[in-house]
Amino acid sequence: MRSLSFPLSAFRDAAIAALLAAILGTPLIGVRLADQAGGETLITRWPDLLAAIALVFIGRLALALVDGGAVRVAAASMALFAAGAFFIPWPTQFLMIVAIGGAIAIALIAIRSWAGPRPVKVAVDAIKPVGRYLPWLLILFAVVLPMSPIGDRGTIDKATLILIYVLLGWGLNIVTGLAGLLDLGYVAFLAIGAYTTAILSNRFGLTFWECLPLAAIAASSAGILLGFPVLRLRGDYFAIVTLGFGEIIRIIANNWRSLTNGSQGMGNLPRPSFFGLADFTASPAPGHKSFSELFGTPPNPAQRVIFLYYVVLGLALAVNVFTLRIRRLPIGRMWEALREDEIAAQAIGIDRRRIKLAAFAIGAAWGGVAGAVFDARQGFVTPESFGFIESVMVTAIVVLGGMGSQLGIVLAAIIVAGLPEFFRDLVDYRQIAFGAAMIAIMRFRPGGLIANRQPTAVLK
Amino acid sequence: MTLILTIDKLTMRFGGLTAIDAVSFDVRPSAITALIGPNGAGKTTLFNCVTGFYRPTQGSIRLDRGGNAIQLAGLPGHRIARLGVARTFQNIRLFAKMTVLENLLVAQHAELMRASMFSVAGILGLPRYRRAEVAAMDKARYWLDRVGLTGRANDAADTLPYGQQRRLEIVRAVCTSPRLLCLDEPAAGLNPRESADLAALIRSISAEQDLAVLLIEHDMSVVMEISDHIVVLDYGRKIAEGPPAAIRADRAVIAAYLGEPEDAVA
Repeated sequence: MRSLSFPLSAFRDAAIAALLAAILGTPLIGVRLADQAGGETLITRWPDLLAAIALVFIGRLALALVDGGAVRVAAASMALFAAGAFFIPWPTQFLMIVAIGGAIAIALIAIRSWAGPRPVKVAVDAIKPVGRYLPWLLILFAVVLPMSPIGDRGTIDKATLILIYVLLGWGLNIVTGLAGLLDLGYVAFLAIGAYTTAILSNRFGLTFWECLPLAAIAASSAGILLGFPVLRLRGDYFAIVTLGFGEIIRIIANNWRSLTNGSQGMGNLPRPSFFGLADFTASPAPGHKSFSELFGTPPNPAQRVIFLYYVVLGLALAVNVFTLRIRRLPIGRMWEALREDEIAAQAIGIDRRRIKLAAFAIGAAWGGVAGAVFDARQGFVTPESFGFIESVMVTAIVVLGGMGSQLGIVLAAIIVAGLPEFFRDLVDYRQIAFGAAMIAIMRFRPGGLIANRQPTAVLK
Repeated sequence: MTLILTIDKLTMRFGGLTAIDAVSFDVRPSAITALIGPNGAGKTTLFNCVTGFYRPTQGSIRLDRGGNAIQLAGLPGHRIARLGVARTFQNIRLFAKMTVLENLLVAQHAELMRASMFSVAGILGLPRYRRAEVAAMDKARYWLDRVGLTGRANDAADTLPYGQQRRLEIVRAVCTSPRLLCLDEPAAGLNPRESADLAALIRSISAEQDLAVLLIEHDMSVVMEISDHIVVLDYGRKIAEGPPAAIRADRAVIAAYLGEPEDAVA
């Protein structure tokens, strides 16, 4: 091939990339098999394909311009493009997010190669003090959210879901982040907690607050039962067995119809009362008051959602305080020692199985608590809620957050569980986003979002 | 004088290979016993039997504990460590991402766990646990001062240079309050000066803590200087035993391991 001089070579480069995008994109984006009334039909999505090819062309061209030295042109045009992309009628919301995100990323790359790493460093240094207060800012935000104008009922409900994932992430963090046990079936404990609550309330009429500790105990017992034979396995073998356990629990829930009602699921699940003083319904049970009667406020169905949100927030913060404390105790240090080196841990007298079992049981208990609040939010439970992908989500939250970092898990939960909730369009692309996020983390922050470990004791 | 460790006809076979063949010797209290021999003689295998990483095929390993002899052969490793047998490893095994201080604190888990009442008192932050933690910190500080690591106490263990990692691993073992300290090639990879410092450290720890030391080492300057007693292994058998002077003159040991002195070759 004849070699071209700079600006032209950039265009050729971009054209080749666009051609590749067209070849790959035609079967992946361009056509789609869809179930419709009257059989399967091929749907074509040429506008989506064209937009994707155009994006590849523009992005590749800008990168080639950066490489060739036309840095200011690239930075300026990408910044313009990012702003302009808002007003282009994209075929899907997802393409718009890719266009804006990609343009901003390329503009940043261009600025960096133009001005060197200094501005980046200045920016990072400027953000650093914020990082110190970030946990408190997040807690403050979480507390005032329901009172703020953006805190409508739908938002609070989604925020509750994110908090459930934070709760799960913090529970799994004890097992995976601290004790170093890669548990790929953590959702099993969520399922056990959820079904314990569902069965106890439906069969024996227990309330949410009675079910909550029992769900934790049931999940924890299941953790001990599973952990006893399994914890002698290491690394990959352990991961595979836990993965199997997660599936077994789901399949049992699906097939034990007399107990769990099978794939139809169980409904009529207990909502948390106001600490047993009042219910959140317009027509409370005999002898009970409704929340609006108790406080003399106008009845409002949003009160129930907001109260559940605060319940989950409180439980999550309690788990957080528990974890921060237990990390500094001998047992927490032993978990981390086991994660670092099992042989050396044994040589200083650590009983590996007992200490791992403790981690497993405590992590499972928090999974069970999450199961009870999961029920309270959904109002019904089916085995489908506890598929392998849920385990993957929670594991991804812990790994992306930075193994062992409590704050990192919150950020990762917001990204992994939150974004698809607020941008429904993104749900279809969740798998791609997982893969992309994992690759980005491995490339840029191999230790996770928040990788620095806080020592459990400091010598002054 | 009671012996702290009595090894009697210890045999370890891996399939058809006999790594240790009916070896017997004793370790005396507050003395340094060295285990030497060529590579593959079975020294580390013997260590692994004593510290519970291997289950010996035959023979007995008895640890004296206040007049009672406890059979170690067959006990799990962590139980043996709790009984007062601490060890280091040929290739250093620290808790890499934990700080230097934390490495020494986790070694004191037995006392701290008791004081925290299996974490209950710890979670509640009761004074009983606070006091125990202060005591553990003081002990860690004492040993860090002894090996000159106080300045690095809050750094991750894997950021230390090699020689300091060796010393940290030794004091981590000492922090478990052992009665027998097993050191597997503590001077490996150290320069002559560091080796001499290490020899002095081992000697002083043993004397000060009234601690029996069982030592595997290839650096003969260290072995001859600090050992009270030397056991020589070759192909899994004990070929000699005695004080350093006797071992240095032993024909069988010279042939198998030490080699001829340079003037004799020249």
